[in-house]
Amino acid sequence: MPVSDYDQASLPDLLPLYYRRLFPFAQYYRWLHYGGVHKNYFQNREFSFTLKDDIYVRYQSFTTQSELEKEMQKMNPYKIDIGAVYSHRPNQHNTVKSGSFQALEKELVFDIDMTDYDDVRSCCSAADICSKCWTLMTIAIRILDRALREDFGFQHLLWVYSGRRGIHCWVCDEAARKLSVTARSAVAEYLSLVKGGEETLKKVILSDPIHPFIKESLLVVERYFTRYALHDQEILSRKETLDKVLALVPEDILL
Amino acid sequence: MQFPSRRKRLINNAQEEMYGQPIQFYGQPPIENISLSEFETFAVERLKLLKTIENLGVSYVKQSEHYARKLESEFKNLHFPYREVDDRKVQTGPSEFEKRRKDHISHFILRLAYCQTEDLRRWFIQQEVDLFRFRFNELGSKQKLEFLHRNNLQYDTINVEEKKTLLDKLVSSSYAVSGITVEEQDFYKVPFQDALDLVRTRKVYLKAGYVYIPHQDIITIVINDFRTRLSKALALTARSLPIVHSDERLQPLLNHLSHAYVGQDYSIQKNVGKISLEQIDSLSGKSFPLCMKQLHQSLRENHHLRHGGRMQYGLFLKGIGLSLEQALQFWRSEFIRGKVDADKFDKQYAYSIRHMFGKEGRRADYTPYSCMKVILSNMPSQGDYHGCPFRHSDPELLKQKLQVYKVSPSGINQILELVKGMHYQLACQKYFELTHNVEDANFSLNHPNQYFVESQRLLSGGVREPKREPETPHKTKAPSAAVEVPEVIEDLDSFFQDA
Repeated sequence: MPVSDYDQASLPDLLPLYYRRLFPFAQYYRWLHYGGVHKNYFQNREFSFTLKDDIYVRYQSFTTQSELEKEMQKMNPYKIDIGAVYSHRPNQHNTVKSGSFQALEKELVFDIDMTDYDDVRSCCSAADICSKCWTLMTIAIRILDRALREDFGFQHLLWVYSGRRGIHCWVCDEAARKLSVTARSAVAEYLSLVKGGEETLKKVILSDPIHPFIKESLLVVERYFTRYALHDQEILSRKETLDKVLALVPEDILL
Repeated sequence: MQFPSRRKRLINNAQEEMYGQPIQFYGQPPIENISLSEFETFAVERLKLLKTIENLGVSYVKQSEHYARKLESEFKNLHFPYREVDDRKVQTGPSEFEKRRKDHISHFILRLAYCQTEDLRRWFIQQEVDLFRFRFNELGSKQKLEFLHRNNLQYDTINVEEKKTLLDKLVSSSYAVSGITVEEQDFYKVPFQDALDLVRTRKVYLKAGYVYIPHQDIITIVINDFRTRLSKALALTARSLPIVHSDERLQPLLNHLSHAYVGQDYSIQKNVGKISLEQIDSLSGKSFPLCMKQLHQSLRENHHLRHGGRMQYGLFLKGIGLSLEQALQFWRSEFIRGKVDADKFDKQYAYSIRHMFGKEGRRADYTPYSCMKVILSNMPSQGDYHGCPFRHSDPELLKQKLQVYKVSPSGINQILELVKGMHYQLACQKYFELTHNVEDANFSLNHPNQYFVESQRLLSGGVREPKREPETPHKTKAPSAAVEVPEVIEDLDSFFQDA
């Protein structure tokens, strides 16, 4: 979508229409209700809204789909965040004895932001995206989707466009919702290959033998690499990027 | 007469039941009466042991020969069990049973002292896990199996068919596993949540939520289990603290034990407002550790820092004495020079700065990151400038930077050697020594704010006192000689004498 079509100033007029005609309340509720298997799972879920003028409200919670609908149509949020399922109703958290109000479960969510790839795309930067660099997102999705399903055994994945310049993946399996903080970071690290800040030249170091996760991921990358890097980004056509590529090649090969 | 010898045998059997192995999961608390003096001595000695473990862990690669030898001599000195002994050999000193009993009781006493805060718990768990890992590795393979069965860790093994199908994957994913290993050893199918360390480092084959672990690696699982159990136990212990603290005999001892660990965390701000914003540039050149210097420079150059950098640097500045107002002014004026306008700053960034100072949200007063935290957590990625330069920078780039800061070539080599050996804090300490022109830093670096304080002290001509006053919380030192441990003993004992 061409950037010029979107005008933030028109949101106050458009959002009410959106929330009355388009927002999928039924599916939203059906998802978060999880079949009513756990008592009060929906009622104890925290929502937070970002309203006009960057007003941020937390600890919203609802007892029914219709309550959620009415409130959202009243507030017309610019942004919606789904929080965790708590031990009590979030909108009553102030009445709960301090220390007792706790987050119990939350889906495992991955957030991929295009700016994380700024060092390997030259067509856009910051919040801009185009069909050339969106390929990076496609690659990321395919890699993650395979790993989450085949390696970790997760089955209920929801992939959504974040609204700006990236995507979110919500892993909704029961096992995922119950994961501890350490487990979540372990999963993230298993899936991470690129390590290092601005001061690191070679951010990916592979050793022999290659772990099956990396092997499978490489298969995905190879399908897109030529078109993305050589044709669309033209990394070998400009001195700047050519130098970066050369810096990654091991010394003994250059000799 | 028959009776005495039979009674002795019965007692021995009972003892064997209780303490059948030199290590345990500490599932059951001790249920006997002990004297107050035993209570104190046991606790203090275990604390010494744990502090040795911490110090050795920083200076040596764990499980290396040096590490093992030093730790073993500590076990011997303090009379703690660490391996199976031949009962028939003549023992001098406490019996194996007595050592294991001490091990049992002292662990539970320290739980009382170390369950109170997140930081204390984290430290205690880390040292106990390292202790456990060392002692478990000392067990023979038969004893390892015995330990597993005693403690109900039953995981399923995979059959020959499955092994054949997975052969390639197992070999290419597991550390030090060859085709022969797969054939000969049992492989266990373990839910991935029970083997997080192996998953995190991709040292294992993961399929459909299960990891496939050779028998030789079952230690990691055991350790995870130990860690989880201990963590839960500490949380429970914390709830019964009020009752414990109401006993006047125990309260002072427990308080002292937990303070003995905590090095300064620089969370209580001294010197608030003594630093002016104009001084920061020059201070960064003279007294900032390399990590903060890097962040400061990047902030000045790019007029921006990403979240990880803002946290690490922002909390450091708080630690050196910047007030909230100063901090807001500092960040705001810098960000405005970049792409952020004043309005956007107030909306998006000011909140998180106030958060750092405990004025928002949970209102927790966040503590500046220690070296351990900077090195181990919050890894920098593309666009980041935080982390520890000795750990996270390319050695080539690090070398160039040190040259720019006029470190001598021999000094640079010394630093790079330490970096190669993964002694990042020692490398930073060496950097301190070289840039301040001193032979010996006379402190053991474990916190960026400590670097700043020591640097300022040196530059203002203060004499560095080698001895610590009892009120100052004891800092951990990297032992270069056995001298370190006696110092610990001295401090703790002298406190008891005063009390």
